[in-house]
Amino acid sequence: MYTITEEILTTPSGDMVINVGPQHPATHGVLHLLITLNGETIKKVEPHLGYIHRSIEKMCESLSYRQFIYSTSRMDYLSAHINNHGCALAVEKGLQVEIPPRAEVIRVLMDELTRVASHILAWGALAMDLGAFTPFFHAFREREMINDIMEETCGARLTMNYMVPGGVMMDIHPNFQRRVKELLKQFSEKIDEYDELVTYNTIFINRTKNVGYLSKEDAISFGVSGPSARASGVSCDIRKIYPYSIYDKLKFDEILYTEGDSYARYMVRVQEVKQSLSIIEQLIDNIPEGDFQAKTKAVLKLPKGEFYSRVETARGELGVYIVSEGGMTPYRIKFRSPGYSNLSALDHMTRGSKIGDLIASMGTLDLVIPDIDR
Amino acid sequence: MEGQRPVTEFPGQVHQTPTGGIMTGAIEDVINWARSNSLWPLTFGTSCCAIEMMSTASAKYDWSRFGFEVARATPRQADVIIIAGTIVNKMAPVLRRLYDQIPDPKYVIAMGACATSGGPFFYNTYSVVKGADHVIPVDVYVAGCPPRPEALLHALITLQEKIKSGGKRERIDIDLSKK
Repeated sequence: MYTITEEILTTPSGDMVINVGPQHPATHGVLHLLITLNGETIKKVEPHLGYIHRSIEKMCESLSYRQFIYSTSRMDYLSAHINNHGCALAVEKGLQVEIPPRAEVIRVLMDELTRVASHILAWGALAMDLGAFTPFFHAFREREMINDIMEETCGARLTMNYMVPGGVMMDIHPNFQRRVKELLKQFSEKIDEYDELVTYNTIFINRTKNVGYLSKEDAISFGVSGPSARASGVSCDIRKIYPYSIYDKLKFDEILYTEGDSYARYMVRVQEVKQSLSIIEQLIDNIPEGDFQAKTKAVLKLPKGEFYSRVETARGELGVYIVSEGGMTPYRIKFRSPGYSNLSALDHMTRGSKIGDLIASMGTLDLVIPDIDR
Repeated sequence: MEGQRPVTEFPGQVHQTPTGGIMTGAIEDVINWARSNSLWPLTFGTSCCAIEMMSTASAKYDWSRFGFEVARATPRQADVIIIAGTIVNKMAPVLRRLYDQIPDPKYVIAMGACATSGGPFFYNTYSVVKGADHVIPVDVYVAGCPPRPEALLHALITLQEKIKSGGKRERIDIDLSKK
């Protein structure tokens, strides 16, 4: 049986070893970090994974191509739509179906709403990790609005399971457009509050500026992706460099910062919220009429071969790799989850810094542990 | 609301006197009443349900209305574990240990399908514990994947009523070392 290594309190060289997690509020789940300290200075951070390993990849092998998408909502539950989208894209590559334009627009709208919800939750959670409790309530005020929109259309607040191979499961709710416009209005009024509360807060700036520095070269070599990499100046937005769905027809900027510290990672997320809102604004009045789902067979069978799709989740690049033997279920499914690679850079980022800065570095990486462990 | 049982009714009599009042009641009832209205949950979230637990804590649902405000990060200060998420084989001993560290009386809510029975991860997985009650005794189960915040609030109120009714919970003592 596995036990937490409390027995190791010091190393032979006299350094102290402490455990952070698996039960720790700042690890956003059940991550276990074994930290070697010299005084207050971090010498080594060793992540221990597997506390929420639910064997989703193995499970997918016994589920059909329609069913397996639903289990991926539980991987990165803050980007549930985007996970579903990635899987649907991979299956559609094998099926060679044409997606109706209405479905494409609905998909992108849902993706971007999810991204906004995820980033503002990350914003609130980071502030909470650093000791400010109020931003958490502000973040949830807007997040609940998005949850309500999701609930009306998809029937669920968090694990939506809305995307199916060939389109989306059902048409949008009649209230959808009105509700989204209300959300946009709410954001345009309240987005300054976010900056006032946290972005220009002296305590916050002092705790995140020049903390957890990650250079561009290191970000690339660790395979960091998403906002965490873009804060180091790595252009890696899949929506821009390998556009999927209708992202090549949309106008939005890829946010790039070059500082590479925790504050830059935070700023990328705040700016990306604004970009996502502008995408929603472009699309909400231009949802084309037509089918919301392409006609597909009741039982999906993919031809023999390998299919790969990549999408930009709120955390970075999600890759979905399907090996098909021609049957009703995939032979093998592999997910390239963004959190796993992002976590691998944590040791490098925090080595030599003080232990108090670890939380700021980890909070701005925006880890979702079930996404790492799967 | 009319017709509903008032959840904070004092279990005893209040005798008015000119300078205030005297309350009389059985001490056990009073303790249970006080205990049920100040349950401190442990912030124990392993996966998706944790986000809904956070929603329940946030302003729209606001579980502090019922006395669950002070979410503690350490089991030594908590009264109730809300198992928000899947428990896998590697996490099970940790959960057991957290439970053991909570001072008596302690209560457990299994939130969501995973903590209740393994849920969507019941079949075809090799690592998921099929229900947290294999590891620790559970008082209240909540269905859903994830349950709505209202469902969690209902579970918390159910737990309050269970405590107030004074029923002693059967303690299941499992000696893990002997297995």
